[in-house]
Amino acid sequence: MTPTTADRAPMAGMKVYNLKLGMWVFLLSEVMFFTGLIGAYIILRFAHPEAFAEPGVVLNVPLTAFNTFVLICSSVTMVKAFAAIEQGDQQGLQKWLLATILLGAFFVGVQIVEYTILTGEGFVPMAESYHAIARGAAEGSAVIGGPLYGATFYTMTGFHGAHVSIGVLCLCFTWWRARKGAYTAGSLGGVEIMGLYWHFVDLVWILLFTIVYLI
Amino acid sequence: MSTTEQEMGKALDAGGHHDHHEIPWIRQYIFATDHKMIAKQFMFVSLFFLVVGGALAGMMRWQLGFPSQPMPGGMILPDAMMAPTPNGAIMLPEFYNSLVTMHGTIMIFFAIMPLLVGLFGNLLIPLQIGAEDMAFPRLNMVSFWLAVPAGILMLASFGVEGGAAGAGWTSYAPLSTSGEWTGVYLGQQLWLASLTILGFSSLVGSVNYISTVINMRAPGMTWFRMPLATWSLFVTAVLILLAIPILAGALIMLLFDQTIGTGFFRPEVGGEPLLWQHLFWFFGHPEVYILILPAMGITSEVLANRARKPIFGYHSMVLAIVGIGFLGWIVWGHHMFQSGMNPLLGTSFMISTMAIAVPSAIKVFNWLATLWKADIHLDVPMLHALAFVSMFIIGGLSGIFMANTPVDIYIHDTYFIVAHIHYVLFGGSLFAIFAGITFWFPKMFGRMMNEPLGKVHFVLTLIFYNLVFFPMHNLGLRGMMRRIYDFTQYEFLAPLQPMNQFITVFAFLLIATQVLFVINFFWSIFKGEKASENPWDSNTLEWTVPSPPPHGNFAEMPMVYRGPYEYSSPESDTDFLPQTTPPGGGSSGVPEPTPTPEGVEA
Repeated sequence: MTPTTADRAPMAGMKVYNLKLGMWVFLLSEVMFFTGLIGAYIILRFAHPEAFAEPGVVLNVPLTAFNTFVLICSSVTMVKAFAAIEQGDQQGLQKWLLATILLGAFFVGVQIVEYTILTGEGFVPMAESYHAIARGAAEGSAVIGGPLYGATFYTMTGFHGAHVSIGVLCLCFTWWRARKGAYTAGSLGGVEIMGLYWHFVDLVWILLFTIVYLI
Repeated sequence: MSTTEQEMGKALDAGGHHDHHEIPWIRQYIFATDHKMIAKQFMFVSLFFLVVGGALAGMMRWQLGFPSQPMPGGMILPDAMMAPTPNGAIMLPEFYNSLVTMHGTIMIFFAIMPLLVGLFGNLLIPLQIGAEDMAFPRLNMVSFWLAVPAGILMLASFGVEGGAAGAGWTSYAPLSTSGEWTGVYLGQQLWLASLTILGFSSLVGSVNYISTVINMRAPGMTWFRMPLATWSLFVTAVLILLAIPILAGALIMLLFDQTIGTGFFRPEVGGEPLLWQHLFWFFGHPEVYILILPAMGITSEVLANRARKPIFGYHSMVLAIVGIGFLGWIVWGHHMFQSGMNPLLGTSFMISTMAIAVPSAIKVFNWLATLWKADIHLDVPMLHALAFVSMFIIGGLSGIFMANTPVDIYIHDTYFIVAHIHYVLFGGSLFAIFAGITFWFPKMFGRMMNEPLGKVHFVLTLIFYNLVFFPMHNLGLRGMMRRIYDFTQYEFLAPLQPMNQFITVFAFLLIATQVLFVINFFWSIFKGEKASENPWDSNTLEWTVPSPPPHGNFAEMPMVYRGPYEYSSPESDTDFLPQTTPPGGGSSGVPEPTPTPEGVEA
């Protein structure tokens, strides 16, 4: 990276470079954002238990469990990318970044397929047209849950999906820079903060998967 | 002037190591990354919004002072806002709702907050900690250029079908979830979109402030040598960082309710209107401290400097700031005593709210002790700072009234609340902003503001301000509800009309008085007396660099040897000791050999 203000050696400050500190601070606010969404979900679910369904009745848990596995794998490849550049391995960095991009994009793709299937079954965020039926049930079966179920599901998973998508775009940028040789063993801040963000998004998904799909 | 300053002056004359004259015009003034220019950009934009917010308040006061009488100049407004009659145009109730909403929104989010955080955060943090700029200068530019479209969206909402948002600045659900109730559809959505964008702007800014304070301090600038203004801005940035995402989540959910038809806050489809109140106030109460903590910091700087005494109890001041910042998170329920709440929960919110009086009182008594037997210089910044302390005491005391659940049953949603919020936000924050602008004006523009004109502005503002807002306590206690379009429709409120007329007259005078400030401000930018490097004989680092400071601020890295408030120290020949003065360097005595400042590693 070019020497800028952001890379100036810390003085009275912490022994952490600015970009990394800034990313940690930013992630704190992200924690609060998802805390707000999850907190709202918990309040709504406790207030209206009848508006939510038992796990697996409406949502396809095995499919999303597989998708969760894919996202966790992408965290592993991200770690491998960072480990590669720590050793100065440019080829390894590019290879593992590309793997992370593909896994992340695959996750978003599965989520889009999931949304398409669910909306087809009447599981929509719109309160007035919500008519979700049990998975595999015949058309016209009893409606399961209520509008709050659809609204909270799409808001929470949707905001997470947006975070993954933005992450994939940033990964593409990092990959493009890596191909131009922008990172070295001594200058790998960009890869490290990308990794911090990516692991955070992964961690949030594990929480969301548990809360939205499994409980 | 100390030797350090002279050396710096020489180094700067030699041109320093920054090629600031090579920056293209557009990068210097429009898409600027220099924190001082961004501070000025925030200042001009938010002073503009202060004028807009004042104009909205003026129109509301007309309706309250002279209910449903033709408003002078009302004919120029469109029929969606005013009903034309042969004698003139009469304000429509829907437009009054928009005025109430937009006055609060604009003043809080587009005037006070960007003035305190955008202006003083950007201006003071790097200068006071001895940094050449923010940790992320380009991100800083992004922060400003997100705030501008947010402001344009907010103003544009006046022109759309149905008018601007009308559900109050708190936008309580279900009033805000559908245009059915307010008649406002697109305006409410623009309001939500605008605040979401502005929230992102504040968030980006606070990431920058926090990183800068943690990582960019000059050698020797330990945490407990930081000026209180920087301390308060740091804690404020933490509050913004953690509170704004909650608001953003709530705003987006409400936007979904309005646009795609989700049912988060809509009771008719099983949603929870109370959830909005909880989310809003979980953000909203830290927001209240976002609006007052920087004002307290500014006041501490000005008071200590103009009293020529060390601030009384520096450490307790810092702890009080941090304490207020923490307690601000566990009091949000006191806005909801009347919303339906378990009385036991209400009591716990009452106790936590009253606990905030402790750190607030620590600050007030420290300020008073700072003034005790001091050599007080009554110039314009000091007058405004003294007004801050006095008005904040009144606002703080009325806060204690409302924190009592039984008292709040009676005064909830009345003009008592309006009086309280204006004593804290106008009497508190705005007087501190005046103090700050007049105090740091020479650093921003290299010229002093006009002193006599400033004093006239101050005296008139203080008098008119109290004549406007003090009687509102009385209106509230006599039952006049806030946000009411025409109170004379109630028999028991009709006798309050003379008092409302009185308030309206002085509100117009208060607004007119601000013209003096505008004149002083612009006149002084061009024609004011040239300011020296350190016109207030201050200790903090921003006064060791030229006025205005060059790009990159410090010609060489400043070394910090002492705290920021060593005024009238026996160590010094003058009555101040800049933070860069080495031990023994302030007197004619023998300087100590090879000073090694704390916090610097060899």
